[in-house]
Amino acid sequence: MASTTNTVNTNKLGLTLNDYKGSPSTMCDGCGHDAISSQIIKAYYDLGIEPHTVVKLSGIGCSSKTPAYFLGKAHAINAVHGRMPSVATGVNTANKYLRLIGVSGDGDSASIGLGQLCHLIRRNVPMVYIVENNGVYGLTKGQFSATADLGSKLKNGVINDLPAIDICGLALELGCGFVARSFAGDPKQLSVLIKAAMSYKGLAILDVISPCVTFNNHEGSTKSYKKAKESEIPLHELGFVPYFEQITVDYEPGSTVDVEMHDGSHLRLKKLDRNYDPFSRQNALNTVLSAKEKGEFLTGLLYLDESHKDFTTIMNTVDKPLSALTEAELRPSPDVLESIMAGLK
Amino acid sequence: MKTLLAEQNEILHSHSTVNDFSIEVATVNGSGSQSSNTVLMRSLFHMGIPVSGKNLFPSNISGLPTWFTIRLNEKGYLAFKTKKEFLVAMNPQTAIEDVKGLIKDGVCISPAELNLKAIRSDVIHYEIPFNDLVAKVTDNFKLKKLVINMIYVGVVSEILGIDETEIEKSIKAQFEGKAKAIELNLKAVQIGSSYAKEKLTKIDPYKVKRMNKTHDKIIIDGNSACALGAMFAGVSVVTWYPITPSTSVCESLIDYLKEYRMTDDNKATFSVIQAEDELAAIGMAIGAGFGGCRSMTSTSGPGISLMAEFIGFAYFTEIPVVIFDIQRVGPSTGMPTRTSQGDILSAYYLSHGDTKHICVIPASVEECYSLTIEAFDLAEQFQTPVFVLSDLDLGMNNWMSDAFKYPSKPLNRGKVLDKEQLDKLGQFMRYKDVDGDGIPYRTLPGTNHSLAGYFVRGSGHTEAATYTEKPQDYVNLMERLNKKLETAKAKFLPKPEINLNKEAKIGIIGYGSTDFAIKETIDALKENKVNTSYLRIRSLPLNSDVGDFVAKYDKVYVIEQNRDSQMLRIIASEFPKIAHKLTSIRHFDGLPVDALNIYNQIIANCK
Ligand SMILES: Cc1ncc(C[n+]2csc(CCOP(=O)(O)OP(=O)(O)O)c2C)c(N)n1
Ligand code: SF4
Ligand SMILES: [Mg+2]
Repeated sequence: MASTTNTVNTNKLGLTLNDYKGSPSTMCDGCGHDAISSQIIKAYYDLGIEPHTVVKLSGIGCSSKTPAYFLGKAHAINAVHGRMPSVATGVNTANKYLRLIGVSGDGDSASIGLGQLCHLIRRNVPMVYIVENNGVYGLTKGQFSATADLGSKLKNGVINDLPAIDICGLALELGCGFVARSFAGDPKQLSVLIKAAMSYKGLAILDVISPCVTFNNHEGSTKSYKKAKESEIPLHELGFVPYFEQITVDYEPGSTVDVEMHDGSHLRLKKLDRNYDPFSRQNALNTVLSAKEKGEFLTGLLYLDESHKDFTTIMNTVDKPLSALTEAELRPSPDVLESIMAGLK
Repeated sequence: MKTLLAEQNEILHSHSTVNDFSIEVATVNGSGSQSSNTVLMRSLFHMGIPVSGKNLFPSNISGLPTWFTIRLNEKGYLAFKTKKEFLVAMNPQTAIEDVKGLIKDGVCISPAELNLKAIRSDVIHYEIPFNDLVAKVTDNFKLKKLVINMIYVGVVSEILGIDETEIEKSIKAQFEGKAKAIELNLKAVQIGSSYAKEKLTKIDPYKVKRMNKTHDKIIIDGNSACALGAMFAGVSVVTWYPITPSTSVCESLIDYLKEYRMTDDNKATFSVIQAEDELAAIGMAIGAGFGGCRSMTSTSGPGISLMAEFIGFAYFTEIPVVIFDIQRVGPSTGMPTRTSQGDILSAYYLSHGDTKHICVIPASVEECYSLTIEAFDLAEQFQTPVFVLSDLDLGMNNWMSDAFKYPSKPLNRGKVLDKEQLDKLGQFMRYKDVDGDGIPYRTLPGTNHSLAGYFVRGSGHTEAATYTEKPQDYVNLMERLNKKLETAKAKFLPKPEINLNKEAKIGIIGYGSTDFAIKETIDALKENKVNTSYLRIRSLPLNSDVGDFVAKYDKVYVIEQNRDSQMLRIIASEFPKIAHKLTSIRHFDGLPVDALNIYNQIIANCK
C-alpha cells in the first residue's frame, strides 16, 4: 500500500490552493470562462493575497456568474446587467484598501454596460477588470454581442454585419493605463497578466478571448478555440516575479524589459519578432487598429503607464477607509450646527 | 399734497392691511432680481414678520419670465396664494397678464412706459421712471440691468414702510465682502426710496409693521435643509447626477461638507461623485452602502425611473442607501420647474417584482433636516433603500422655521458583525432571521475573518447567501423581507402627526408640502363652523394609525398634488374596509397648493 504522507502545497500565508476556490462551476464543460477562473484562483494563491481583502464584482451573464467559483471567502457583489462598474466605484469609495476584481462579459461590458465601462476608465478606479469575451451573449443563448467581429457567423448561419467594438482600443482611447489582451487557452500568459494587473495601481483592463463552446465555437466563428489558437500572435513572452521573491537577472539584457510595478513586483517582457513597445499609447493604438484591419489576434500587454493618478488619489480622503469612520468623525459637533443656524437667522 | 409719511400714518389708522398680503415681483430670469427679492424678504423677516419666498421660474437660463412671491402673514400662514395684492411688474413680456392677476384695489408698481393703467383702472398704480432713476446710480450698461432691481426694493420699502436699517443690513449680508457692490446697491435703494418719498402719494392700504414673530427663526430652503440633515447624519458617500429641482441638495451638501468635514490636514471624510447618469449614481451609492458607508443619491422623477432596477436589487439584497426624490411635474420631462407629489406610487413600489420601500415624507424644512437624519438610520437599521420624498415647492423655496436641533440619538448603524463578534458566534448566515424581526446580520467587506465573506446576488438566494431556485427558499425570503417592513412600521417609522378636533365629523389626510395650505384651510373651515381632524402622513408603509383615524370619521378628504390620488390608493389598498370613506382633493397644475383651492373644494363637496 502506498503511504499517504500529506505534502499539501501552501503559499506565503500558509493557505492552500483550495482556500482560493469557490463553489463548483456551473458553466458548460470546456467553457473558456472556467479556464479564466482557474487562472484567477492561481494568481491570488501565488501572490498570497488574503481573501478577506478582496471584493469580487460582476454584472450579469455566464461570465458574471463566475466570481462564485473562485475566492469563496471573499465578499462579492453580482450586480445588475452592465452596471458593475458603478458598484465597484462605490465599493472602492467606501474602502480604498479593498482589492477589487471585476469579471464581466462582452455583452455586459460592450453592449448594455458600455457607458459605465467608459466612465470607470475615465475615473481610473483601481481594480482588475476582466472581460470574458466570447462575442455572444452566452446566458441568453447565443445572440451576437457588440464585440462580434464583422462577418462572424452564428451557429444558425446568421452573419454579423456590424463592426466590432474593440475593448482594448476603447480602453486606450479613454486613457486606461493598463490594457492587455489574452486568451483563455493561453494559461501561462493569462496568469502573468492577471498578476501584473493585480500589482497595478489603477484600472487594469484585460480583454480575454474566452470561447463559448455551446454557442460560438463552430466553423465561421471568429472567437472559437480553433480560430483563436491558430491566429494568436503573442506580442512578447511574459514573466512575473512577485515583490516577495528574490529577483534574479536571468534574462539576456536587451532582449527583455523589466518593469517594476507599483507594489514592487517585477514584470518581464521578453521580446519576440515584433519588438513591441508597450509604453507608447500611440503605438498601442496603431497596433490595435492595424491588427483589427488585418484580422490579427495579438495578445499580451498592449499598454502600461504607471503614472496615471488613480481614483482614490483624486478623492483625497482621510487615511482610514470611509467605512471605518466613527460617529465623532462623521457628525459635526453641536457648535457647527449652531453657527450654521446663526447664519440663517 | 400730503407727505408720504403723513399719508401712511393716516392710512395705518384707517382701513389699512397690515402684515397680511402677498407681493409678487415679475422679472425675467437671469436679470439678477434674485438678490433684490432676497433682500426684500429678509428685511421683512428681520422686522419680525412671518414670511415665505417662492420663486416661480422657467426651465431656462436667461430671458424667460419668472415670478418671485413673498407672502407675509402675521398668523404664520406661509402657503402659496394665487391671489396677489401687491405687484412689481418689471417684465414687459408678462406685465399685462400680471396686472390682470391682481385683486381689485391691489397695487401695481411698474415702469411708467408700460402704461399699465390702461389695462386695469381698478388697481392702484405707482408708475416709476426706472430708466431715469437707474441712470443716476450708474452709467455702466451691464450694471444698470442688475441694479434696476434694487430701485424697486427702495420704492417698495418706502411704500410699505419697511425699515431702512433692515434693508441696509440685508444688502450687506447679501453682498458680504463686496464693498463696491454694497455701495452701489445701497445707492440704488436710496434713489428708489427718495423718489417714492418725494413723488408718490400713498393711496393704498398695505403696510408692514414690526412684530416679534421671527425671533430665533431661520430661513432656509428644503434642499439645503436635507443637505444639513445628511451631513449631521454622517453621510460619507454622495453620488449624483444634476437634475432640477434636486440639484441644490447635492450642491449645498458639497459646500457644507467642504466647510465642515475636512480634517486639519485637509483630507475629506467624505467622497462626492458626480456620476455619468442616474444608473451609475445609484450603483455607486449601493456599492458604498454595501461597503459600509452611509451613502446617498439625490434626483427627481426621470432619475427615479432610471434607478428602478438597481433599487429593486438593493431591496432584494438588503443594502442600505438613501435616495432623495425632489418631486417635479411628470410624466417624462413634464414641467421640470413646477412642483408635484406625483412620484408617491412609483417611489413606494419602485422596481419589478414585489418591492416596497420605506419612504419618509417631510412637510417642512425642519423635517427635511430631521427626517433625513432618520432616513439614514432607517436605511442601515433595516438594510434597505429609503426614500426621502420632498418636492420642488419645499425644496427650492425659502421657508421660515425654528432653528434645527442637534440630533439627540447616536447614529444607528444597524446589525453589523465585526471580527470579534464573528469569533464569538462561530457562524454567520447573511440572510438568516436570527432575532425574529426579519432583519438579518451583515458583515462589511474587509472584515478579517474567514466567516465574514458572502456573495450578494440579485438572483434567488438562501439564508447562507448561496444560489437557489427552490420555491420555498424564495417564499421564505420574500416573507422575511416583508416582515422587516412590518417591524419598521410597527415601531420605527416616523408616526403620523395627528390633530384631533372633538367636534369633527370630517377628517383630512395630507402629507408633505401640502401641509402649509391644509393648516390654513382647517382654520378657515373652522371659522365657517366646519370642524375637521387632521392626520399628516410622515412615512410609508402606513401604520395602523392611519386606518384607525379614517375609521373615526364619516368622511375623510385626502389632499394631494397629483392627478391619480396616489396616496389615497395606498390608503385604500392597505385599509380596504374603510376605503369607501375616502374622497380625493387634488391640486396638480404645477403651482404650489393654495389654501383657498382646497377650502373651496371641501366646501363644495360638503354641501
Ligand atoms: C437589464 C437586463 N437586460 C437583459 C438581461 C438578459 N441577459 C442576461 S445575460 C445577457 C447577456 C450576457 O452576455 P455577456 O455579458 O457576453 O455574458 P456571457 O453569457 O456571454 O458570458 C443578457 C442580455 C438582463 N439580465 N438584464
Ligand atoms: S453558454 Fe457559453 S458562455 Fe455560457 S457557460 Fe456555456 S459555454 Fe460558457
Ligand atoms: Mg459574452
